[in-house]
Amino acid sequence: MEELRGTERLAATFAALKGEGKRAFIAYVTAGDPDLETTRELVLTLERKGASIIELGVPFSDPVADGPVIQEAAGRALAAGTTLPKVLETVRQLRRETSIPIVLLTYYNPVLRFGLSRFAREAAACGVDGVIVADLPAEEGDGLRQPLDESGLALIPLAAPTSTPERIRLIAEKARGFIYCVSLLGVTGMRADLPPDAAALLERVRAMTDVPLALGFGISTAEHAAIVAPQCDGVIVGSAIVKLIAKNLDNRPQMLDEVGAFAQALAAAVG
Amino acid sequence: MFALTGQFTLDGRFGAFGGAFVPETLKPALEELEAAFRQMTDDPAFQEEFLSLLTEYAGRPSRLYLARRLTERLGGARIYLKREDLNHTGSHKINNTLGQVLMAKRMGKKRVIAETGAGQHGVATATACALFGIPCEVYMGAEDVERQALNVLRMQLLGTKVIAVTSGTKTLKDAINEAMRDWVAHVQDTFYCFGTAAGPHPYPSIVRCFQSVIGAEARAQILEKEGRLPDAVLACVGGGSNAMGMFSGFLSDPSVRLIGVEAGGDGVETGRHSASLTAGIPGVLHGAVSYLLQDDDGQILGTHSIAAGLDYPGVGPQLSYLKDSGRAEFLAITDKEALEGVRLLALTEGILPALESAHAVAQAAKMAPQMSPDSLLIVNLSGRGDKDVHTLAGEVG
Ligand SMILES: Cc1ncc(COP(=O)(O)O)c(C=O)c1O
Repeated sequence: MEELRGTERLAATFAALKGEGKRAFIAYVTAGDPDLETTRELVLTLERKGASIIELGVPFSDPVADGPVIQEAAGRALAAGTTLPKVLETVRQLRRETSIPIVLLTYYNPVLRFGLSRFAREAAACGVDGVIVADLPAEEGDGLRQPLDESGLALIPLAAPTSTPERIRLIAEKARGFIYCVSLLGVTGMRADLPPDAAALLERVRAMTDVPLALGFGISTAEHAAIVAPQCDGVIVGSAIVKLIAKNLDNRPQMLDEVGAFAQALAAAVG
Repeated sequence: MFALTGQFTLDGRFGAFGGAFVPETLKPALEELEAAFRQMTDDPAFQEEFLSLLTEYAGRPSRLYLARRLTERLGGARIYLKREDLNHTGSHKINNTLGQVLMAKRMGKKRVIAETGAGQHGVATATACALFGIPCEVYMGAEDVERQALNVLRMQLLGTKVIAVTSGTKTLKDAINEAMRDWVAHVQDTFYCFGTAAGPHPYPSIVRCFQSVIGAEARAQILEKEGRLPDAVLACVGGGSNAMGMFSGFLSDPSVRLIGVEAGGDGVETGRHSASLTAGIPGVLHGAVSYLLQDDDGQILGTHSIAAGLDYPGVGPQLSYLKDSGRAEFLAITDKEALEGVRLLALTEGILPALESAHAVAQAAKMAPQMSPDSLLIVNLSGRGDKDVHTLAGEVG
């Protein structure tokens, strides 16, 4: 599947996993936290330890959908001078070493400022496969979806426990790649218990579409991941990984070790 | 003389500006809010209750006062002050919070949250919540908690919990971020009482609607006193609620100049200011396309103003539209000029304006001498200055 790109690469990844009776373990890190060279190493480690898709956060100054862990990661990344063009360049470098699907997770303003068409073109040229924009609901997304479609990249929408049936239909219709199902009411961050709303949401979305469903927000441990995995096509873990990065900022080998070990446990639990 | 229905479009767009750019979790809540707003503004019982609160509780109509000594001192246009500072709680913010908290009550919400900059919206929300017996929590940037300490105390005395926000720049922008995060987590039983005519649709329309009482009254009052429309109306611009409230009364009067006064801080050329319309570029922050202070990478810039209520990098989408269409003009007044505006109004009229409102006063002081004595200006005096005595004490020296 070396030659596939963008939406097609995401589709092939989910299809291949499904063929093996498996699910995707989707690992999130904030690009540039604490610097882009470390991000590159983290991505390769995560892949080696069993991640099937990488979500790279492009930091934004005002991340309203994020809890303190990812807010602070964005703060570190911005302080280190991380910008959207530099993240794209990092993906371009990574593409010499890996063909793992990479999706960017960001907010609308940095993309808008960069230019929607230019973003779709350059992201595709650098080897990005899809984009998740936390503050871009389905009805506002056409301006970005159109150029991304033309470049073959996926605009991956979110669905939430509050989404009405009409909204889920709209989201499913506009979905490319997969649907990011938000497991709970709240911002990103670790939770002691698994969200009770998740299963119901997955069922409601599943009833309307065959697009792969990935579940994220608040999934903090391998135990959580193992419980939710059978209900969906992919499990997203973010804050719990970012927390390990934050804990080991002054010891990079240990950071990579701990993130790697955690990823391995998550991959096994999701598989 | 004031009715809620009629002129309010609810499509969420003002030309290229506006929209609802929010996490999916909030989108259904905004749809619910819009439906409730349409239904309530069509409901005579809601109208009646809101209007009765404005008169019996908030003390409306607010006076349109001819500032004779100020006019004499400046030697030019006759200056009228729209005395929003005389409303209950001391600013225009009460017009909006009575409307929104009344909506919250009718929607059966169990809890109200709000953000606040200067603390005036926080106090006005705390007041309305006390009046309706709904628990209230207000997010306020840690820097503002410090410089508007009096308002923090007022909110607490009214039974509201004030939450100091220490993330980001610790001002209004970050208080809105934190309130939105709270709303995402508690959206099913919580009403977000937004304080300015910005944010995602339908807030710009809701807030303008509740604040439009200012312009509607001012128009009728000036016609009664002078028998004609003013040459210009002036209002300070933070997010845009007192400006849109005033402007909405005169939008269809092309002879009336609409002048919005932004916070120039240390001077727009220094980069330390909050003049989004004067120096910004369109982008998306807090749910709407609008003028925004941002860098080349789309990151939101830090802002500065001596007036906490203007210290915000964004602005409401309708004001952005009025700028691009040329219907309204926008200028910036520096901290120093605003302080001179406070002093001028205090010494000529015995009125201590809020630092926010003093920006509009200072702009009037610049313009009036250039104008003929038979021209008329209305300055929206959006709030009183009691909350600022601490800041002013430091400046008077
Ligand atoms: C007295 C006063 N005027 C003006 C403002 C600015 O807000 P807006 O632009 O929404 O009127 C504030 C905000 O706190 C205020 O307290």
